[in-house]
Formats: sequence, structure tokens, C-alpha cells
Amino acid sequence: MSKRNKIVFVIVLIVFVLALLVVLPINEGILGKKGIRLGLDLQGGVHIVYQADLSKVEPGKEGEAIDGAVAILENRINPLGVTEPLIQKQGSDRILVELPGLNITDKEKESLARVAILEFGELAADDEEAKWENELGRWKPATAVIDGEEKVLSSRYFKENTYVGRDNLGGIELIFEWDEEGSKLSEAITGRLIDKPLGIFEGSEPLRGDDGRPIAPIVQTTITSRGRITGLSLNDATRLSKQLNAGRLPVPLEILYDQTVSPILGSDFVDMSVKAGLIGIVMVMLFMTIYYRLSGFMASLALIYYGVLLLAIFKLFGVTLTLAGIGGFILSVGMAIDANVLIFERMKEELWDGRSLGAAIDAGFSRAWSAIWDSNITTILAGVILFWLGSSIAASAPVKGFALTLIIGVAVSMFTAVTVTRTFIRPFAGTKLARRTSLFAPYQRKENV
Amino acid sequence: MFNIIGKRFWFFLISGVVILAGVIALVVFGLNPAVEFSSGSLLTVGFEQAVSVDEVKSALADLGYGGAIIQRTGEGDFLLRLPELSGDAKGDLEAGLNASLGKLEVKGFDSVSPMIAAETTRNAVIAVVISAIGMLLYISWAFHRMPNPFRWGICAIVSLVHDILVVVGVFAFLGGILGWQVDLMFITGVLTVIGYSVNDTIVIFDRIRENLLKGGGVDFEVVVNYSLVETMSRTLITGVGTLFVLIALLLFVGAPIQNLVVVLLVGIITGTYSSIGTAASLLVVWEKGEWGRFIMRRSLSSG
Repeated sequence: MSKRNKIVFVIVLIVFVLALLVVLPINEGILGKKGIRLGLDLQGGVHIVYQADLSKVEPGKEGEAIDGAVAILENRINPLGVTEPLIQKQGSDRILVELPGLNITDKEKESLARVAILEFGELAADDEEAKWENELGRWKPATAVIDGEEKVLSSRYFKENTYVGRDNLGGIELIFEWDEEGSKLSEAITGRLIDKPLGIFEGSEPLRGDDGRPIAPIVQTTITSRGRITGLSLNDATRLSKQLNAGRLPVPLEILYDQTVSPILGSDFVDMSVKAGLIGIVMVMLFMTIYYRLSGFMASLALIYYGVLLLAIFKLFGVTLTLAGIGGFILSVGMAIDANVLIFERMKEELWDGRSLGAAIDAGFSRAWSAIWDSNITTILAGVILFWLGSSIAASAPVKGFALTLIIGVAVSMFTAVTVTRTFIRPFAGTKLARRTSLFAPYQRKENV
Repeated sequence: MFNIIGKRFWFFLISGVVILAGVIALVVFGLNPAVEFSSGSLLTVGFEQAVSVDEVKSALADLGYGGAIIQRTGEGDFLLRLPELSGDAKGDLEAGLNASLGKLEVKGFDSVSPMIAAETTRNAVIAVVISAIGMLLYISWAFHRMPNPFRWGICAIVSLVHDILVVVGVFAFLGGILGWQVDLMFITGVLTVIGYSVNDTIVIFDRIRENLLKGGGVDFEVVVNYSLVETMSRTLITGVGTLFVLIALLLFVGAPIQNLVVVLLVGIITGTYSSIGTAASLLVVWEKGEWGRFIMRRSLSSG
């Protein structure tokens, strides 16, 4: 081996060892959990695209309204305990929400996008119409007339700065503040409801504490701008404070696209795909080894190298693996095989022409290079365009997942199929084995083309 | 030596017949779009006890979903294709099925509004067209040392369109006869076929280019044919190698990616065929200005 070849050999080995170190901590799992990130289609989860209705937003303030809605969705989702939720603006009037691994109920899904969340109620007299009913009685919305208009006291009037504190005796208290309009409403309502309960309702249901009882604090005094709710458990107070701070959505959201995959189906996919991928690669390796003998065996080693390096890159850069990524993977394996086949066919021709193994390897690799380069670059180019355009498709996960796997896979396969295979085969030049050309170039020329 | 190029009109005839059959299937059956492209909801449910497709069908009809499309995907597992469901309607449907067919588990749910469906279709088409233009430009640049570099790009793209047409035609048949749907997995498959087809064609073009630059004044047709024969074993071996991976996927993963794998199987076969039979042959026909003869021969052969 020349000095240059030795250096390349060492570098190739070091890269492999590093890649193995990245991939291998088996106890952390190669796929899933702390290993490679799996897309929603593989690990299960919820993928929702919301359409924001901006028709009632003042012109020029649309961006602000959407950002506000994103922030509120974040506030509502964080308490659900999802590990890596994704909540982002898509285009100018859409919001994408991805909750991996979580199988939320339809009710939770709907409540995520609910516009106003909490309303206050007072007990209704017998002859009055009630909006809610529970074990504490019949309730009607707590209203007051402000500036000649009857308004319902709701969480929309809270400033989003409530917090949980303790009073002098160590009791839990939830401290809140009304905005200007809320202060007026509150003053009128709490003023007439002293010593009476104020119920809190979410949609058609009363808000319930951990003990299952409706939360309905008794009004102690007239509350104007700032007040406190006492007598709640720490859990209830914390949850309520989060809900109040989550505020109200500045714009109505409508579900445009909704995809839910149960984690059970997901884990089946992963197991089956990994198994199929392994079997496919082993079959290709056998085929290459039978057809191209020793060269084919070296190419098979390069294919293992490819698999390890690809996994390492996925893990290192947090690339998300999706079902559609399988398409990209197949294509990149196909192109890795193709690069080797191109090289070996060239080598075969050179060996048939009576060259030495070393000369044939050099000629084979250099002459196959332009075809490998052109075809791989064209594929990467198509991948980049797809990735870039894929972002504009709402249900875009498959297209983007495909494109990303393809780009990375083809780039890696160019390195392994060319540099790595060459590094593995080159050391045979000049050895005794090299004289047995049939090991490297099977089947003698049948006809003179 | 094989004379492949000499049989170019036969290749065109075969391609023409296959594509024509596909177009007829497309006209007769149309494509069977999945929820991603047509809007609606797709519900994957698993029943604990054994139920038949007919039982599911009648249970759904009782709930007011008579038009639902039902597909069995496994032991007790069904794919239900329904009009777009709101959260409440979905809850009612689950409760209804639970009452009539026993305990069930919802394994997956997709719901797509008409707006998204239209957008997805449009953007997927735009993505494919722009990729094709990008590849056309790159190939034309890569072959800029040849006279008429655009010709090479166009022939590669025509062969690519050929492959897409074959795949779409096959899916029109599968949709019409077996009810297979065109979904995002199908699109992924078509994208993969595009990559494979262009890759396959470029490798052959590259060899033609090399031999043209080498050889002094040999007839274009002879050089192209010689290059095809030289690259033939590579074309076939790569095709077979890739098929191995596909067959493993089809056998071990099956249903969830059935569309993807079948598109790839068809696409790789037609891609291999078209880079030999169509792309290189088109170059020769174009070089020799044989379009008139081609049309005449075709009308003779088919008449």
C-alpha cells in the first residue's frame, strides 16, 4: 500500500469506530426513546394542522394573532406532559401541532383549540333558566351590565399573570388580576354575590378538583382589580393557574388535517421495517458476493459500513425517521449497489484486458466515477427540491421524510461505495491473491464485443 | 453482439401499447384517491372479536355511513374510509360500533379537509414537475460537451415520464379492479421511481458520452448500441439487487407499505426497461431525424 492509501485506510477505520460508538449504546436503544428519533407514523402520536380564522383580526395584526395562538397552544399542551411537542406556525395562517407518542382523546384535542376556556356562574333562582347543573345546584352565567351591555365574566378578562402562593398561615392561594373591563365586571358581580359561591365552568362541564368536587369558591369580599382564591389543593390551584394563564385564543382555530397513529401500530411498523431492511441487505450482500466474489464481499462490508454510518448520522443530527423514509433508504441502497456494480464491471473489463489487479482497481474506480457522480448529484438535486417544496405541503411529512433520507443516504452511499470499498479492496493488490483474477472478476468474456 | 438499437421501433411499440392500456384504464377507472387527496376521514380499527366485512358494513350503514369503504387489513383490523368526521361524530361512531360489534380499539385516524386535499395534490404535482426541470437542467449541463446537450436531458426526462405513466396506468388498473388507493405512500414511491429511472438512464448516457469522445467517426447508432451492451449487465444487476430489498419489504412489512413497494416494483422494472429501450433509442431516433419513419413504421406495425 502506498502511504496515501494507508492514511485513507486509517481514516476510514476511525470513522467507522466513531460511528459505531455513536450508534452502539444498545441500552439506550438504537431506534426510539433515546436513540434515533422516530416520526409520528412510526412511534405513534398526533399530527394536527389548524387553520386560523383571521377574518376578524385587524389588518396588519395577523402575525401577532397567530404568534399569540401558538403561545397559547404551547401553554395548553405543556401540562399534558408530552416529551417533544412541536407547535409551529405554518405559512401565514396555519399552526402545525405534533405530539409524539401521545394518544390524546378527542375531547382533549378539541379543547386544545377552544377559544374561550373558563366561564363563571352563579346559582340560579328556581324560576330562572339554568345553563349548568351539578350537585351544588343549578347555575346561570354570572353577568353584569358594563357600559350598557350585559357581559359574562370569563377567563378572557384575566391578566395572564396568576400564580400560586401561600398566605400567612401557609394555606394555598391562587392570586389573580383582572384587566380593566374585568375589574368593572368583577366589582359588580362579586359585590352582589358576597357569601355566595362563584362556579367555574369549562364548556358544558363544571371545573372539578382532584377530589372530583366542582370548584366553586365562596365570594368573601368585593373584588376589583386583584383577588385571591383560597381553599384549593395545591394541585388544583396549580392547574387552574395554568389554565387561566393559557388565556384565550385570539383567533378561532379549525382542524384542517388530523392524523392519529396509535403507538401499538407504530411499534409493529418499526419492528417489521427493521427486520425487512436487514433481510433485504443480507440478500443483497449474498448476491453481490456470489456474483462478484471477493470484490462483492468487500462491497458487502462497505454496505454494513453504510448502514452503521447512516444510523450514526441520523442519531447525531436528530434526523427523524419516517415510514416514507424507507423509500429514500431503498433508493440509496440501490444507488450504493449501483456504484459498486459500475466499478466492478469496469474492473472486470480492465482485468480481461490483462491489467494487474492494482491497475484494474484504479482504472475501474476512476472510470466509473463520472457516471456515479452525475447520477448521484442528479438524485441529490431532486431530493433538495423535494425537501424545499415539501415544506409547503400541509400533510408534508412523507415527502420531506423521503427527501431528507434520500439526500443523506445518497451522500453517505457515495462515500461508502466508492472510498470505503476501494480502501477494502486496494490492499489485495500485489498479494498472491491478486494473481487469481477470477476472485475479483468472475466469468470470462463470452464474446468479443 | 446484441443489436438493441436496431429493434428500437419494437421497443417504442411495446411502450406505446403499455402506456395506451394504462391511459385507457385511467379513462375508464380513473385513479382512486385516498383521503390525502380527496378529503375525508380514514379510521383504522381493531375489533377484539372476529367480525366480517359484511358485519362492519351493515353496522356502519345503521349508523348512517352506508357509503363507507371498508378494507380488511388483518385479523380483526379494518380500514374505514368515511366522509370527514368531526370529533363528536367520531366519538358517536366509535360508541355505535362498540355497541353493535363489541370491544374495539382505534389504531389510527386521519382526517383531511377538502382545502388541504386540494393543496396537497397541487403541491405534490408542482414538486415533481420542478424536480424534473431541475434534473433536465443538470443533465443538460453535465452533457454540455456533447452537441445538443438539451437533447440528452429531454430524452432522460421523456423516459422518466414514460415510467411515471406506466406506474400510474398500473395503479389505475389496481384501483379499478382491486380498489387500491393512490395515497402519499404512492407519491413517495413515484418520487423514488423518478430517482431510480434518471439514475439508470444517466449511467447509460455517461457510457455513450465516453465512447463518443473516444471513438473517431463511428456511426452514432453503433456507439449507442455498443454502450448499451457494455452497461447491460450493470443495469440488470442493479435492478435485481434493488428488487431483493423490495421483496424483503413486501414479505415482511406488507400491508402498511404495500403501495410503496408495488410502485417501486413496477417502477424499477419499467425504469430498467426504459433506460435501455426508450432513452437511448430516442437519442438515436432524434440524432438521425427519424421521427417520420418512426410514425410510419408504427402505423404499419399496429395496422
